[in-house]
Amino acid sequence: MIETYSSITPLIAVLLPVAAALLVLLTGERFRNVRDSWSTIAALVMVAVVASMLPDVLDGRVPQTTIIEISPGIDIMLRADSAGMIFALLASSLWVLASVYAVGYMRAEHEHKQTRFFVAYALSLGAAAGVAFSANLLTFVLFYELLTLVTFPLVTHRETEAAIVAGRKYLTYTLSGGLMLIGGTAWVHMLGIDGTFVAGGLMADENISKATAWGLLMLLMVGVGVKSAVMPLHGWLPSAMVAPTPVSALLHAVAVVKAGVFGVVRMIVFVFGAELLREMDAWQVIAVLAAATLLIGSMLALRHDNLKRRLAYSTISHLSYIVLGVALLGPIALTGALLHIVGHGVTKITLFFVAGTINAHTHKENVSQLDGIGRQMPITMGAFTLAALSMAGVPPFVLFTSKFYLGWGAAEVDQQIFMVVYLVSGVLAAGYLFPVVYRAFWKRSPDHVAYGEADMRMVVPLAITGVLALFLGIAPNLPFSFFELATNVATAAFGPVEALAGGAR
Amino acid sequence: MLAALIVPVVARLRYELGFILALAGVGLSAAASIWSLVYVLDNGTMHYNLGGWAPPVGIEYVVDLISAFVAVIVTSVATLVIIGTRRWADREAGDRLGSFYGLVMLLITGLVGMVVTGDLFNLFVFLEISSLAAYALVFLGGGRAMLAGFRYLILGSVGGSFYMLGVGFLYFSTGTLNMGEMKDILTDDATARSVQAGAAFIFAGLGLKMALVPMHLWLPDAYTFAPSSVNTLIAPIMTKVGAYAMIRMFLSVFPDGYLKDVVPIGDALLVLGLIGIIFGSVAAMSQKDIRRMLAYSSISQLALIAVGVGLGTPLGLVAALLHIMNHAVMKATLFMAAASVRFTSGITQVADFTGLGRRMPFTMGAFTLGALAMVGIPPATGFFSKWYAVQAGIESSQWIVVAVVLVSSLLTAVYLFRILESAYLHPLQPEPSHGHDVPDGFGETEQELALEAQAREAPLDMAIPTVVLGLSTVVLGVLNAVIVINILEPGIA
Amino acid sequence: MIDEIAARFPYWASGVLIAVGLYGMIGKRSLVKKLIGMNIFQSAIILFFIAGSMRDGATLPILLIEDGHILTPVDPELYVNPLPHVLMLTAIVVSVAITGVALAFLIRIYREYQDLDEESLLKKVR
Repeated sequence: MIETYSSITPLIAVLLPVAAALLVLLTGERFRNVRDSWSTIAALVMVAVVASMLPDVLDGRVPQTTIIEISPGIDIMLRADSAGMIFALLASSLWVLASVYAVGYMRAEHEHKQTRFFVAYALSLGAAAGVAFSANLLTFVLFYELLTLVTFPLVTHRETEAAIVAGRKYLTYTLSGGLMLIGGTAWVHMLGIDGTFVAGGLMADENISKATAWGLLMLLMVGVGVKSAVMPLHGWLPSAMVAPTPVSALLHAVAVVKAGVFGVVRMIVFVFGAELLREMDAWQVIAVLAAATLLIGSMLALRHDNLKRRLAYSTISHLSYIVLGVALLGPIALTGALLHIVGHGVTKITLFFVAGTINAHTHKENVSQLDGIGRQMPITMGAFTLAALSMAGVPPFVLFTSKFYLGWGAAEVDQQIFMVVYLVSGVLAAGYLFPVVYRAFWKRSPDHVAYGEADMRMVVPLAITGVLALFLGIAPNLPFSFFELATNVATAAFGPVEALAGGAR
Repeated sequence: MLAALIVPVVARLRYELGFILALAGVGLSAAASIWSLVYVLDNGTMHYNLGGWAPPVGIEYVVDLISAFVAVIVTSVATLVIIGTRRWADREAGDRLGSFYGLVMLLITGLVGMVVTGDLFNLFVFLEISSLAAYALVFLGGGRAMLAGFRYLILGSVGGSFYMLGVGFLYFSTGTLNMGEMKDILTDDATARSVQAGAAFIFAGLGLKMALVPMHLWLPDAYTFAPSSVNTLIAPIMTKVGAYAMIRMFLSVFPDGYLKDVVPIGDALLVLGLIGIIFGSVAAMSQKDIRRMLAYSSISQLALIAVGVGLGTPLGLVAALLHIMNHAVMKATLFMAAASVRFTSGITQVADFTGLGRRMPFTMGAFTLGALAMVGIPPATGFFSKWYAVQAGIESSQWIVVAVVLVSSLLTAVYLFRILESAYLHPLQPEPSHGHDVPDGFGETEQELALEAQAREAPLDMAIPTVVLGLSTVVLGVLNAVIVINILEPGIA
Repeated sequence: MIDEIAARFPYWASGVLIAVGLYGMIGKRSLVKKLIGMNIFQSAIILFFIAGSMRDGATLPILLIEDGHILTPVDPELYVNPLPHVLMLTAIVVSVAITGVALAFLIRIYREYQDLDEESLLKKVR
């Protein structure tokens, strides 16, 4: 059904940000306008390159690049399959907006060492694209580790004591995770199994003992679980909040955590496969952990006054939506999970953009300081409101769509309890985000100074993402056929979702 | 083929001409090694009988894939290091430059000789030649280096003597010193107790030379106090050749499986290696002097090679051999960068590295590459030796090996990221406040160092070899499959 | 027991000497005594090799030829093994070289610190 053909396009997509990083580095601080435009240009080209593969992928023809044989019998191989396309499209298109936003933010904050910042920023997008397009386990590990590495200077960018401590914590967590992945990957290869991802599980037809399978599951899932911040592996994420906001946006909406959940998708769907996990009774464990994270994360978000921290815990909770959706092993739930990757990316990046804009513009960072800010910054807080509505799962926003499928998916596999979890968490999300909106628009501001909207380079991107959160809810198939890609993956993995697809359109 | 061996000797004879001849010597030697590697790839193993005597009696030189591979590493790393540390040598050796380069050539002759020889006793002679040169070079550092050098000499001689004793036992049991013939004889009958005793003594001797854990005491002091031009040279290659000799014992002296099943040397290597990996990393974490930190890190990395050998499987040996190359390149990068830093600013303490990322972008860039390779971030080289080691561990169900190798990556990250952090993330200091850890005998150069503290990047002829070494960690990492498939796997088969 | 030792006297002797040498190298504080220990150690190994090549009633492995007649025995059993002797010549050269270098080291150290005691030296160089 799926045929592959050799093409260099996936490689170009991965290399584009690297080229941008080089250009940024060579241009340097003296020509900052030229330097800062490279990122945006590269981002636009990258979107075009990735999107150019879309028609073929939708037809079931998958472009694939084999780069080099890196270890006897194992190639570094990139392949733009449907799942990878979802992540790559999301990352590249959000990068366009984030790069514009980052320029505005960094200048408003007068951050130092901006060249290094933009170099690392571009490189992490390259690594994220690499994660998206990895065709086998070793390639995945490679880009996963590179992603850790290039985001490290971003986390520690401020160079304060807190930033360095957070950076160490980040490295400790993610490197340990990476090592588990390496161990797991090596083991898979030693079992004589080819590490190339197969929808439905590359281990599906292999005869491996239960103990081995559990060992592998531990290694591989903990490996990707660190970045997707499933409790108890989430500790790095709230600390990493010390980074400049464009980084937090990147970490939490686009590159790092999404690489983590994307890894979860790869492991569960493409490595283990539904049958094996059902046989092992392993999916319940993952699902329960994810459900616990989901609820605890939401509750912790409630009690944090610092806006960015609140958003961080919200991220932890929402990532587990996705993990839970995948772990349910049903086609509908998987469709919902993949849509949630996209929807949460768009929504959460809006929220972070807003938090950063407020901070850069007014130096406020706590929720309790935000009284009346909506009247001063109507566009910013308007976008925030849109995103908050989406987070709470109000129709017709994008996260309603995905939550709808997630809930439906839970029902489909007769796990109504998880449907309840989803609903409760939606209420909690409303609980921690709506007070912000309320304060911003209905409370009277203690400030008497009019400061107005922030720099347009920050406001425009966040307005766009805010509107996108609504737009994708109404038309999930536009502009990049996310919905179709998601159902394609789900069909290939767990069986047909046609009934559902017909009904949803 | 013998050119690889002779050229350094010839250059040594005319050592008064110093650097140029030394460079020409090593360069030619490197070229000859590469040529012999290519030749062996095409035509199979080379044999050469010294003085025309037939092998069992005369001394035979054998160049097979593995020895050619190690010879290429030794000579090419040495070439780059000699170029890169020329300025250090000028400063440190002063009017004794001639004898300095003489010793360097002697060292390399000894190392290459150890690699290409096919005779057990001849290996001892070359081992002592290279060690002798190394003792003297370390001693050149003056001050504490003199004590370190003396201790190195005593312990090194014990190692050499143990090895010789072991060879004695083997000789009286088999009546030959030729490696190939000994393997044939031992394959027929290796039950004698004296063979086992010989194996144990050889293991102890070579273990000392490769600084295997309880026998590592000479190494940290020797590396820390030796002149920068010297530790940069001996750290990457000296202990590696000890490790190579150990591999040679496994491959072509004792029968297959003998050192695993009959004498538990494989297990001993494994256990000591595992302890060494952890011990070296933990010790490195607490060091304040970068050279000492790198020295302990060497102990840990050599222990990884020992683990690969100790596993005894083909995959384990691949890991060990690959790590010989990787570690040579990575450690050379790190020591070169450390030497460049000390050259331009006199800094040796980790805490003083603040802001160096700004001041010396290329040197520290290379250092970063080397450090990342050590940690094992793909696609740099270090990742792949760990990858094969982990695979080998899984293959033989030695789960503890898998765990230790993986954890060691993390520990390595701890001590190396400390340096990167202070180099890149702490604000630039106008001038290093303290930490001119210059040995006592260097009173006059200390002022020079202080004068150059303002300098920015290291001189080009130091920076370029450093960067070349740094980049090669990545290039060799990407190309590792080529090396493994074409050289290592056929080589150990 | 005594007979056993007596029969293989050179081996036992070299074993004892090795132990003495090792003790000298590790146990003594004086650097000169360490060096002497090392020399004892190496001599013991040389003794071991030479003893190994010995055979009762055998003679030097030299072929004496006069007017085309071989004067010495041709049976190889009647010669001692020559190879260890050759090896030991090399080993002696090596050990002399090491001793020479070590003595040079000691002279340098002594000139610098007027001291050859390891522990007090360690204090001085700090």
